[in-house]
Amino acid sequence: MRRMRGVAVVAIALTSVVSLAACAKDSAGSGGGGSTTSQGAGGCKYTDPPKATAASTTTTSDKKVDASGLKVGLAYDIGGRGDASFNDAAAHGLDRAKAELGVKDVRETTATPNESDAAKEARLRQLAQDGYNPIVTVGYAYGLPLANVAKDFPGTRFAIVDSTVDNAPNVTPLTFTEEQGSFLVGVIAAYKSKACHVGFVGGVQVPLIQKFQAGFDLGAKTAAPGIKIEDQYITPAGDPGGYQDPPKGRLKAQGELSAGADVIYQAAGNSGKGIFQAVKEKGNAYAIGVDSDQYKQPTLADYRDVIISSMIKSVDLAVFDYLRAVAGGDLATLPKVFDLAVGGVGYATSGGRIDDIRDIVEAYKAEIISGGIKVPTTPAAG
Amino acid sequence: MPGRLPRVLRGKLLPPAMAIVFSALLCTVALLISAGSPGTALAAMVSQVGKGTTAVDILNSATIYYLIGVAVAIGFKMNLFNIGVEGQYRIGAVTGAIVGGATNLPPVLEPLLVILSAVAAGALYAALPAILKVTRGVSEVITTIMLNAVSIGILALLINEKTFGVLVNNNIATKPIPQSGWIPGVSFGSHGTLFGFVVVAIAVGIAYWVMLNRSRFGFELRASGESPTAAMAGGVNAKRMIVVAMLLSGATAGLTALPELLGRDHVYTQLSPQGYGFTGIAVALLGRNNPGGIAFGALLWAFLDQSAVSLDNVGVPKEIVTIMQGAIVLSVVVSYEVIRRFELAAEQRRVGAQLGTATVAAAGGAS
Repeated sequence: MRRMRGVAVVAIALTSVVSLAACAKDSAGSGGGGSTTSQGAGGCKYTDPPKATAASTTTTSDKKVDASGLKVGLAYDIGGRGDASFNDAAAHGLDRAKAELGVKDVRETTATPNESDAAKEARLRQLAQDGYNPIVTVGYAYGLPLANVAKDFPGTRFAIVDSTVDNAPNVTPLTFTEEQGSFLVGVIAAYKSKACHVGFVGGVQVPLIQKFQAGFDLGAKTAAPGIKIEDQYITPAGDPGGYQDPPKGRLKAQGELSAGADVIYQAAGNSGKGIFQAVKEKGNAYAIGVDSDQYKQPTLADYRDVIISSMIKSVDLAVFDYLRAVAGGDLATLPKVFDLAVGGVGYATSGGRIDDIRDIVEAYKAEIISGGIKVPTTPAAG
Repeated sequence: MPGRLPRVLRGKLLPPAMAIVFSALLCTVALLISAGSPGTALAAMVSQVGKGTTAVDILNSATIYYLIGVAVAIGFKMNLFNIGVEGQYRIGAVTGAIVGGATNLPPVLEPLLVILSAVAAGALYAALPAILKVTRGVSEVITTIMLNAVSIGILALLINEKTFGVLVNNNIATKPIPQSGWIPGVSFGSHGTLFGFVVVAIAVGIAYWVMLNRSRFGFELRASGESPTAAMAGGVNAKRMIVVAMLLSGATAGLTALPELLGRDHVYTQLSPQGYGFTGIAVALLGRNNPGGIAFGALLWAFLDQSAVSLDNVGVPKEIVTIMQGAIVLSVVVSYEVIRRFELAAEQRRVGAQLGTATVAAAGGAS
C-alpha cells in the first residue's frame, strides 16, 4: 500500500510538471546593454549585386470598405495573443481591422498546449455555429481540423495562416514566401560577417522552418560564394519543444559561434531569446531576428545591440488584407501568396545597422521580384 | 450486515465526490479572484453538452482516455509505474499508420492488421523496461521516462520524408491508410460522429474486468500488487508477472491513438497529439484502477477538456480547467487516503469492541 501511495505522489508531481510546463512563459529579463558601432563590409569576397534598382509594388487599393457588420472569429495556435510571435502578428492585423475597417464583433480563441485535433475542430465548429464569419485560423496545425469543419459549413468563409486546404472553396490560404525574405537576410549576414562564416538556428526541423534555412543559405552563398554556413535545428520534427526552449537555443547558437560563425539567423520562436543571448555573450557577433521586427520588441530590449535586422513575415498584413477583402466582397483581390512583391515578407532596418548595405539588399530584392533569382523552399543537400 | 453496503459506497464514491466538490470550490475562488463569473463558467460547462458535437466529442475523447487509463491501471495493479505509456502509445500509433499506409488489404483484414501492428509495437516498446527490470533490477520509472524521450526521436526518424513521411503543405504525415482500413463511426448527423472504436474500448474494459476478477492471472496480478512477498510464498513467479503485466500495459497503450487514426485522421502527422499518457495516469488514479472507475474518470476528464474550448468561447479563462483537473487528482488521492485511515480506525475500534465483548462474554460464561 505504501508503494501505491508513492506512485500517487509521483503521478501528482508529474501531472503538475506537465501543466506547469504548459503554462510556463518566459518573462523578460532586465538589465542594461551597451552598444557597439556598426561595422562595414566584412571578410568575404563578394559577387557583384544585381544591377536592377528597387521597385516595390503595392497591391493595396485605397477603396473605403466598411466591415462593421462582420462577425470575425480568430482561432490562435498555442500562445495566442501576446506571444510576441506570429499569433501576436495576427492579433495586430485584427486590431488594425478594428481601427480602420470598423470591425466590432470579434471573438478570439486560443489553443491549449498538447490538445488533440478534436479540440481544434470543436473550437472552429463553435465559432461557426455562433455565426462568426469569416473565421481566421492561425498556424498550420489547424490544417486537418479545418478541412473537416469547412466541409460542414459551406456558407462560412475561413482563412488559414501558413497552410493550404485542398478541395475547400470556402478556405482562403494565407501563405508566405519565407524563403525570399530569408534570402535577403542571408545577403545581409554575408556582408556583415567579418569571418565570412554565418549560422542558422531553426526551432524544429519541419518543412516550414526549412524554407527559412533554404533562403538564408542561398542568399549568403549568392552574395559570397566562398562563405561557410552552419545549420542547426533545436529539435527534430515531431518534438515541438524546439520553439519553446531558450536554453537549448542558446546551446545551439554557442556551438555555431564557437565553430567560427559571427552572424546568426534564428527562426526558433520563443527559443530565439536564448540565441540572442548566446550572440551577445560571445561579443563581436550579430544576430538576425525573425517574423517581426525583433529590434523593436520590448521583451528583447536587452539584446537590441546585437540584432542588426529581422526577416519580417507580415502575418498582420495578410490578416488585415483578408478581412478587408471579405468586407469588400472581393476575395480575388488577395494575392495568391504573400511574397516579396506585395510586402508579405521583407527585412527590418531598425537600428540603422545595415544602412551601409541597403542598396545591395534592395538590388537583390528587385532581382527576386523580377524573377531573376528563384529561391528554393528546401535546403540544398549536404 | 446492514452497514456493509453504505460503507462500500462511502469508500468508493465519497472520495471522488469530495474531490469534485473541492475542486469546484477552488475554481470558484480562482474565478472570483480573476474577476471572472463562476455562474457564466458553470452555465457554459453545462450547456455545452447539448450543443453541436460536444457530447459526441466528449465520448470520443473519453474512448481514448479510457484505453490509455486501462493501460496504466494494468501496471498499477502490479505496482508497476508505467510512465512509458506515453511513448508506447505514440510508437504504436506511428507503426500502425505506417503499416496501414503501406498495405491495402480488404476491409476487416486491413484495420485488423493496423490494430495488431500497433498493439505489437506498443508491447515491444514496453518490453525493454520490463526486461531491464527483471534482469538488472532497473526501476521501470526511470527507464520508461527515458524511453518516452527516446520515442520522440524515433517518431521524428520514422515520419521523416526520407523514411515514411510525406510532405502535406507545411506538415509531415505518414501515407494515408486506404479506405478499406477505416473503421466507420456512428453518425449523429450535425451532432458529430462517434468513433466506431468505442466498441473496442468497451471490449477492453470487459476483458480487463474478467482478467482481474475471473482469471488466475488476474488473481496473481492483484496478489503480487498487494503483497509481493505473500504472492511469492504462494508460488507466483514475480519476474514473469512483471514482464506479462508490462507487455499487456504496452499493448493496451498501443490501442490509444487508433480511434483517431482509423476513425478520423487516417494519417499520423508530426503534429498528432501527445500527452495522452499523462492523462491516462490521472484517469487511472481517479478511477482507482477499477474498470468502471476508469470509465468515469475518462468521461470526467474528457468533459473538462472540452470545457476548456467552451469556456474560452465565452471569454472565461480556459486555464481554469487545468486548475480543476489538477485539484481533482490531488484531492481524490488525499480523500482516498483520509477515508482509508478513517476506515482503518473504525475497523480497529470495531474489532477492538468485538474482542472486548467477546472477552467479557467468555469471562461471563466461565464464571
